[in-house]
Parts: sequence; C-alpha cells; structure tokens
Amino acid sequence: MITVVDYGRGNLFSTGQALRHLGAPYEITNDAGAVERAERIVLPGVGAFGDCMDGLRTRDLVEPLKRAAARGVPILGICVGAQVMLEAGEEFGRHDGLGLVAGTVRRLPEGNGSPDSIRIPNVGWRALQARGGFFEGAPESAMVYFVHSYAPFVARDEDVAATIAVNGMDVPVAFRRGNVVGFQFHPEKSGPVGLGLIERFVHFAP
Amino acid sequence: MKPPVRIIARLDIKGSNVVKGVHLEGLRIVGKPGELARRYYEEGIDEIIYMDIVASLYGRNNILTVVEEAARDVFVPLTVGGGIRSLDDIVAALRSGADKVAINTAAIARPSFLKEAAETLGSQCIVLSVEAKRRAPGKWEALTDNGRETTGVDVLDWVVEAERLGAGEVLITSVDQEGTKAGFDAELIDAVHGRVRVPVIACGGAGTPGHVSALVETGTIDAVACASMFHYGTCPVPTLKNHLVQHGIAVRT
Repeated sequence: MITVVDYGRGNLFSTGQALRHLGAPYEITNDAGAVERAERIVLPGVGAFGDCMDGLRTRDLVEPLKRAAARGVPILGICVGAQVMLEAGEEFGRHDGLGLVAGTVRRLPEGNGSPDSIRIPNVGWRALQARGGFFEGAPESAMVYFVHSYAPFVARDEDVAATIAVNGMDVPVAFRRGNVVGFQFHPEKSGPVGLGLIERFVHFAP
Repeated sequence: MKPPVRIIARLDIKGSNVVKGVHLEGLRIVGKPGELARRYYEEGIDEIIYMDIVASLYGRNNILTVVEEAARDVFVPLTVGGGIRSLDDIVAALRSGADKVAINTAAIARPSFLKEAAETLGSQCIVLSVEAKRRAPGKWEALTDNGRETTGVDVLDWVVEAERLGAGEVLITSVDQEGTKAGFDAELIDAVHGRVRVPVIACGGAGTPGHVSALVETGTIDAVACASMFHYGTCPVPTLKNHLVQHGIAVRT
C-alpha cells in the first residue's frame, strides 16, 4: 500500500490516477497515524515552499514524516514535495524544511535573453541527465515535464540522481539519499516515461 | 541548445463537445473532449488546454467533469480556462486534475485577482490568457468573453502588468487569425514575447506544419497551441513533430 500524503497542497488527483493506472494500491490521507504506519509514501506538492511546510505543520505531519524516513520507509517527494525534503528553502524568505536530505532550495539561474536561454519559470519538457543509481537502466535523455522557478540544490554531490541544464548550469532535479527520493519534475504529467519512473518507485527497495 | 518547443492541443469546449470556429465564431462540433484528449496523448502531445468557451463552470456538463475524465488517462499537463473568477474556482480546477488555469475576463475586470491567485497557489499555475484583436499597426486590443467584448485595454501594456502581478505564462490568441488556418500573427507573438520574461504560448492561425516551423524558427517562442490541424486530421501530432525535427527544431519525442 502506498500512502499519498494530502496536506492541501498537492496534485493528488493526478498522482492517484497514475498509481491506479500502474495497478499500485494506494490511499490518500492527511492522517498522521497513517503516515506513522505507512510502508511507502508519496509526498506531492504544488505552490510555495513555506506554504507547503505550513500545510504539513498544521496537520501534524512533520514529525511522522521524519520518523518514517528514519525507519527506512521509501519516500518519494514530487515537485515542492521534493523541495521540502531539504533543510531549507529560499522562496519568499528563508523557511525550514523537513531536513531529510542536506541542501537548500534556491532559485534557478536567469537566462541572458539569448535564443538558447530558458525563461523562468522553467516550463516544459527537458531531457534528464541521469547519474545511474535510481535511474539505472532508464531511457537515456528521457524527457520529463517541469514547471518551477526553484530547485533542490542538495549539498552532497553523491545524492544527486539527475540534472538538467538551465542557462548554463547543471541543476539537480532528482536526488536520492538512501530511502528518500525526490523529483523536481512531475512524473505524473510526463507521459509513459513519467509513469515508468513512478513504477520504479513502487518497486524501489533501498 | 534550445529547449524543445511545447506542442499544445487546444480544445474549445461547449457543453459536452469540442467545438471549433473561425475568429472564435461560427462554431461546429469536432469531437468529444475525452476521446480527443486520449488520442492526442497517445500521439505524443506535450500538453492540453481546455477552454470552456461559454464559461459555464458550474453548469451541467461542466468543464471540471471534462478535465476529471481526461486526467484519468492522460498523463500530460492540463490547463483549464473559461469562467475562472475566484480562488475557489482555481482550487476546484486543480483538484479535478488540472495543473494550470488560464484567466482572461476576470483578470481584466480585476487585475489584483492575478496577484491573489499567484500568491496563494503559485505563479506556476496561473496562465494569463489574452485574446488580441489588431487595431492598428503594432497595436492590439485585449478582448474578453471569448472575443465577444471589447475592453480598450492595450495588449502589450496588459501583458507587462499581468506578469508583474504574478502570471507565470502568457497564452496569446490572435482573434484575427484564430480558426483561419492562415498562419500566426507573428508580429503580435514577437511583440508579446519581447515584453515579458515568462514563457509565451502562441495561439491562433496554425493551419499547416509550415506555419509552426516558420514561427519557431524566426522567434524564440516557448510553445504553440494548435486546434484545427489536429481536430480535422490535416496534420496529426506526429506529423507536426516530424516536420519540426526535419527543420532542426527540438521537440519532445
């Protein structure tokens, strides 16, 4: 059973439909007890970093998520759900995150207006530069869908699972530290490639 | 390297049907929303825009039911527009499986709505929809209510203001070119693109793959929305993408 955490800030419908499509049993819940008992967790998220942390706090989900991570439960964060796994975020001021992975969520580098530059928010399909690990055997340069202005800059290079090139910088957009996995992109909106990555997480045994 | 241009299918919805007209008028039924969305998804579309042209958000056969049906099987981004007037409307759309909302009439009536929406739900899900009517060389007026109402608002001033208020993307539809299959209003698209820093979606007039490649090659456009080409089957999604690749334009494959 996959526990999809509902804290009022996620694209729950689409995440749920992707799991249904894959035949993976799931529950959508905002219950802290359910997170304490979870075997596998998906943490979606849309909006601003601080606002999402508020959503988790007001539902008393922060400590249950930290404990779940500590006892080795596989957790997948998506978009802002991945961002809040880091120690802090810099969107609309500095905010504390869950601190499951060392690093800070920072704004993407702006382009210089040349034809090759990417506008921020970075919206669209980009090719992942995977670094093995979680993405071992995934299609090379697979394209996935992004819509974001901030990215999870994890502190340890070994935690970076995939990057994309944004205005001359290799930006981390997927990370893995033990049982904790985060995708800045939206796998539930990334066609068959995205569904394949969610399926990977369904079977992920860290 | 230039990032891939997004190819978007625009589905204008009236009741339980997808319709298409010329200059946003003279509508004819071209299919069912769920069936067309699934077909375009399987063909490799990058994104889908649902535009409720009668803005009956809470009527029978409302647009959110349509979105919810699509979101069950269509795993690409969905944008919903038409009749979005309040934060509750946006939340309802997002909960139905939409990723973004397109706002036109309500934003022109009350620009601060864009700011409230962006601050509450994030700029990433707020698309400013502009229906532009050419009034003079280099001058366009923003229309509302699916091209039915004039506003006196200058398009190029408005997009700058809307970006400042928090719009995360601009969908620019040329009312003059819409449904004509005669090509984009490239001057309009370039002018809007030059005024804002957020991504711009070009819409209105795509009739052949050549129209799309011409627009993408000359400018730095982020995305194009097409309707007639796909609905009437004159240029299906794979045909368009192959054409773009042959012209050295990056697409998602």
